[in-house]
Amino acid sequence: MTTTPETDLAVAAAGLVKTFGAQRAVATVDLEVRRGEVFGVLGPNGAGKTTMLKMLATLLPIDGGEASIFGVDVRRQPHMVRQLVGVTGQYASVDENLTGRENLWLFGRLLGLSSSRASATAGELLERFGLSDAADKRISAFSGGMRRRLDLAASLISRPPLIFLDEPTTGLDPRTRGQMWDTIRDLVRDGSTVLLTTQYLDEADQLADRVAVIDRGRKVAEGTPDELKTSVGSSTLQLRMSQPVDTEHAAVVVRRVLSEEPVLTPEAGGLNVALVDANHAAEVLIALRQSGLSIASATVQKPTLDEVFMAITGHGAEDESTDLTLEVPA
Amino acid sequence: MTTIAPSQPARTALDLAPHPTLRDTVDQTLAMAWRAVKKMQRNFEQMFDVTIQPLLFTAMFAYIFGGAVAGDVDSYLPVIIPGLIGQTILTACVATGVQLREDMDKGVFDRFKSLPIARIAPLAGPALADMLRYFIATVLTFGVGIAMGYRPDALGLVAAIVLAVFAGWSIAWIFTWFGTVGRSAQGVQGISLMVMFPLTFLSNAFVPTDTMPTWLRTFADINPVSHVISAIRDLATDGQVTTDVAWAVLGCAAVVAIFLPLSVRSYSRKM
Ligand SMILES: Nc1ncnc2c1ncn2[C@@H]1O[C@H](COP(=O)(O)OP(=O)(O)OP(=O)(O)O)[C@@H](O)[C@H]1O
Ligand SMILES: [Mg+2]
Repeated sequence: MTTTPETDLAVAAAGLVKTFGAQRAVATVDLEVRRGEVFGVLGPNGAGKTTMLKMLATLLPIDGGEASIFGVDVRRQPHMVRQLVGVTGQYASVDENLTGRENLWLFGRLLGLSSSRASATAGELLERFGLSDAADKRISAFSGGMRRRLDLAASLISRPPLIFLDEPTTGLDPRTRGQMWDTIRDLVRDGSTVLLTTQYLDEADQLADRVAVIDRGRKVAEGTPDELKTSVGSSTLQLRMSQPVDTEHAAVVVRRVLSEEPVLTPEAGGLNVALVDANHAAEVLIALRQSGLSIASATVQKPTLDEVFMAITGHGAEDESTDLTLEVPA
Repeated sequence: MTTIAPSQPARTALDLAPHPTLRDTVDQTLAMAWRAVKKMQRNFEQMFDVTIQPLLFTAMFAYIFGGAVAGDVDSYLPVIIPGLIGQTILTACVATGVQLREDMDKGVFDRFKSLPIARIAPLAGPALADMLRYFIATVLTFGVGIAMGYRPDALGLVAAIVLAVFAGWSIAWIFTWFGTVGRSAQGVQGISLMVMFPLTFLSNAFVPTDTMPTWLRTFADINPVSHVISAIRDLATDGQVTTDVAWAVLGCAAVVAIFLPLSVRSYSRKM
């Protein structure tokens, strides 16, 4: 038995690298997660979120850099790291051939619980996650949301101090999503540290104390959700002109009123502009009216992940055509 | 879902085990074997190769080749029954590797890998459970043989069954290794069959080796499968513990000594 060194960091990673063939899925990412916080990793499809989490969870070999969990080196002491981390992957990792109860019992046994303790723990967790009624059904008969919950329950059997959640709410309906958020908040209240990945800014906003934005394997921004949002304005005004030919003229008006550069959208007659204050929308609308420009629609929206990306990286989240070697400010 | 969780100790320094103990490893292997048995119960079609196949093959082989190889069916039975046991067990071993590969592609293996368990447990558990399959196949083949007129030595029969199951468990590590190395279940199946056919047919399973050309006979004579089959013949038919029994046990032990570490290593590498 060894004792882990005292450290305030639940996760400390420096220069993490993972290469698949010629592709750098994770390219020199630094990450520090403090004890007791919810840390969100935000990024679009293919950004490298899962790959990074898997390296930290000892599920993928680390190609470069250093990582430690509560001061325990991930590469050198994988067995110790596995005792500290509960992993809920992007795709439910439970056994299709077994029932919910059997799954939790099996994982409990593997974690060293006696048969009766494993049964008791399985029962408690099924109850807590609202799965008691379905407990004895096979997983193949579970809905996506139920699988997700069972998967999270399985990660909590040994009450690990650090929990990894890879896109915990992707594919969940709004109600189940809210429940998942509540569960995550409960975990943190009970002293766990949570590292979660998400594609949704609002999820990071709701849950995370701090957020890292990653794109194409690189960390492009880090801060509190509020800091991130301020970097793109608190919201976005989306305009659509009745006459697409008016778009250029409208852009000039917007620029004059807000001193902000509007972004033309792909559909005809559309333009978006960041608003520091949602109330400035009215001034834009009045100015357009005075210039004799007619709008088809106007909406004020909170910033989306796409806009955060646009602002931070200079390219859209879905924009695959941009040069891959593009260096972006961290 | 929102009820308060049992409060968690605010852990600052934890006592962590650097490695799983032997005791843990055994418990974890048994838990994984339990899972494999559940899987067998719930996917019974996966048992066809050790139930229906030996029934059909035994009857077919005995009647088709009996007259040609040994003059009549009765005198062929002591040759073909142990041969078929060897062949059926090898087929079952191939399934062990292929099913492991299929299983490893499933999400639940990500969890097994993320748990602080011995890396050998997810491999040794199914290997242990599959001994049930070799047992069923061996008993059924002997059963059909006896129904057709084969008269083995009672005590020797028990010893032969034990040896057959042990041989199955040992040889399965070759295919377990293919399972951990291969990229897809089909790939594993392909390689496994390529290895299984020579092991089965370049042996004394169906015909005596002395009619084979020398180069072939050399291979057939050192083939561990030949020794296992000879040992089963000696035990079951004559009730005798011969040197072939020792060679069979030694050969199986060598296979395990080589392929078990290889399998565990390649499984841990893939993490
Ligand atoms: N096993 C693998 N072999 C080859 N390439 C891989 C492998 N796993 C991931 N990649 C590649 O690495 C990149 C990052 O993938 P990753 O799954 O980490 O992204 P992600 O941020 O989790 O995306 P998503 O939101 O879609 O889950 C992708 O371009 C992906 O194609
Ligand atoms: Mg992912």
